[in-house]
Amino acid sequence: MSLEMYREYVLDLYKNPLNKGIIENPSHEFMKNNPLCGDEIKIQLVIKNNKIENLKFDGIGCAISMASASLLTEKLKNLTIEEAKNINKDDILELIKIPLSPVRIKCALLSLDVLRGALENARN
Amino acid sequence: MKTILKKMLDVKKEFPIFKSNPGLVYLDNAATSQKPKTVIESLKNFYEKENANIHRGVYTLSEVATEKYEESRKIIARFINANPEEIIFTKNTTESLNLLSYTIQELIEKGKNEIILTEMEHHSNLVPWQQMAKRNNFKIKFIPIKNFELDYDKAQELITEKTALLSITHVSNVFGTINSIDKLIGIAKVNNVLTIIDAAQSIQHISVDVKKLNCDFLVFSGHKMFGPTGIGILYGKKELLEKLSPFMTGGGMIEKVSYEKASWNEIPLKFEAGTQNIGGVIALGEATNYLEKIGINNIREHEKELLEYALDKLNEIKNIEIYNPGKDKSLSVISFNIKEIHPHDVASILNDYNIAIRAGHHCCMPLMKKLNIPGTCRISLSIYNTKEDIDSLINGLKKVQEVFK
Repeated sequence: MSLEMYREYVLDLYKNPLNKGIIENPSHEFMKNNPLCGDEIKIQLVIKNNKIENLKFDGIGCAISMASASLLTEKLKNLTIEEAKNINKDDILELIKIPLSPVRIKCALLSLDVLRGALENARN
Repeated sequence: MKTILKKMLDVKKEFPIFKSNPGLVYLDNAATSQKPKTVIESLKNFYEKENANIHRGVYTLSEVATEKYEESRKIIARFINANPEEIIFTKNTTESLNLLSYTIQELIEKGKNEIILTEMEHHSNLVPWQQMAKRNNFKIKFIPIKNFELDYDKAQELITEKTALLSITHVSNVFGTINSIDKLIGIAKVNNVLTIIDAAQSIQHISVDVKKLNCDFLVFSGHKMFGPTGIGILYGKKELLEKLSPFMTGGGMIEKVSYEKASWNEIPLKFEAGTQNIGGVIALGEATNYLEKIGINNIREHEKELLEYALDKLNEIKNIEIYNPGKDKSLSVISFNIKEIHPHDVASILNDYNIAIRAGHHCCMPLMKKLNIPGTCRISLSIYNTKEDIDSLINGLKKVQEVFK
């Protein structure tokens, strides 16, 4: 049952996302869309001394992709680049804690993809 | 009206999917239709009793397979009022359009270098032309949309003596809009423009007559008209098909081959290289027979009544936005969004109630961008749908709103 997916905290994060917005001068940023649904997420990072000091995500998406972006960005705060790079699919599923069908897993993993792009994409 | 709806209830029994999936509310017919028993039986019958390769065998089995394959071509030709040699079997609409985008150059007069599409094309009638334009240094222009319909005044301005070809969808797979293709073909003819009609979304719902339309090419897929997947149609006027070079070369499509060179078979075989989807072709003939038996006018009437019912009921839903030009201007396709709920979430929750709808960009990413939305929820109806299906949808949508309250 997909109703399992729409738990209170997922819906809360959809309505009131964490770390959503724009950073004026990020050191790193990346945007990507999910070709399946057209959803688009951007992640901006401020990395200083190898550490993520600040970050925001922006975009539109379903409850699953928005909740997962909130949870991922929350986890990333103060991580080193290496620690951020080591975050994998299982970590995301662990964070979101809901059963997902193969199609909807892609929604949950979009922000992880964007993060990987952002870590490689320093501005200047 | 009532009698037609009742007759259609019996139709549902002819589709085994509903027996295997009791309670299934299938509202994704624009993506693919379900298959009637007679079509499934036809495939089974071919592989169990008649399987052989066509055109070359001199033994009985091969002759029977060839006869049935060619009979299918005749059935489909009759269905759209074409001649059998004007019917080319392909894999699907996409392959038919790719075939044209790679070969049509030879038909284009010098000095013409513009392609006219519409803003509501499916990626399959956009991307092949983008590639063709890149190869030949052509320019693509788009007929804009106004209130979910084409802007025909703008179309008149866009189609000029510089236009090489016009490739347009008969019916929008997002809005359900029935485009006035006769009007556009008329404007094209005055300017000596080649015309291609994408009938993927119309062929199973309304009558399509290529002679009346006077289009040069028309393409569609079998799987959306109760046939199997993997079989599509390219119709082309005989004199044009004869001028075109083959798209794919190899066995079956040749007249004579030496180590150095080859010459081509006559149409339609010139375009059917390699062993074809024989079982699929025969089953598509069966699907066409099935469609004709029910009658395209009965189908239209049934779906019109359902569309009207669905639009009325959907309009009662709170915070809904509907993307449809209205019941008289559209086929049974309705796109909508519920405020602040993403289409994927709507579709996921409806799935819990055994309701299958489509959510996303419907292979129309530029159109979604123009509408400034990430995607839509879409329902598309067919002959076996009922008013009860619509009621289930409406109840389901209320549940969705409860979850997201």
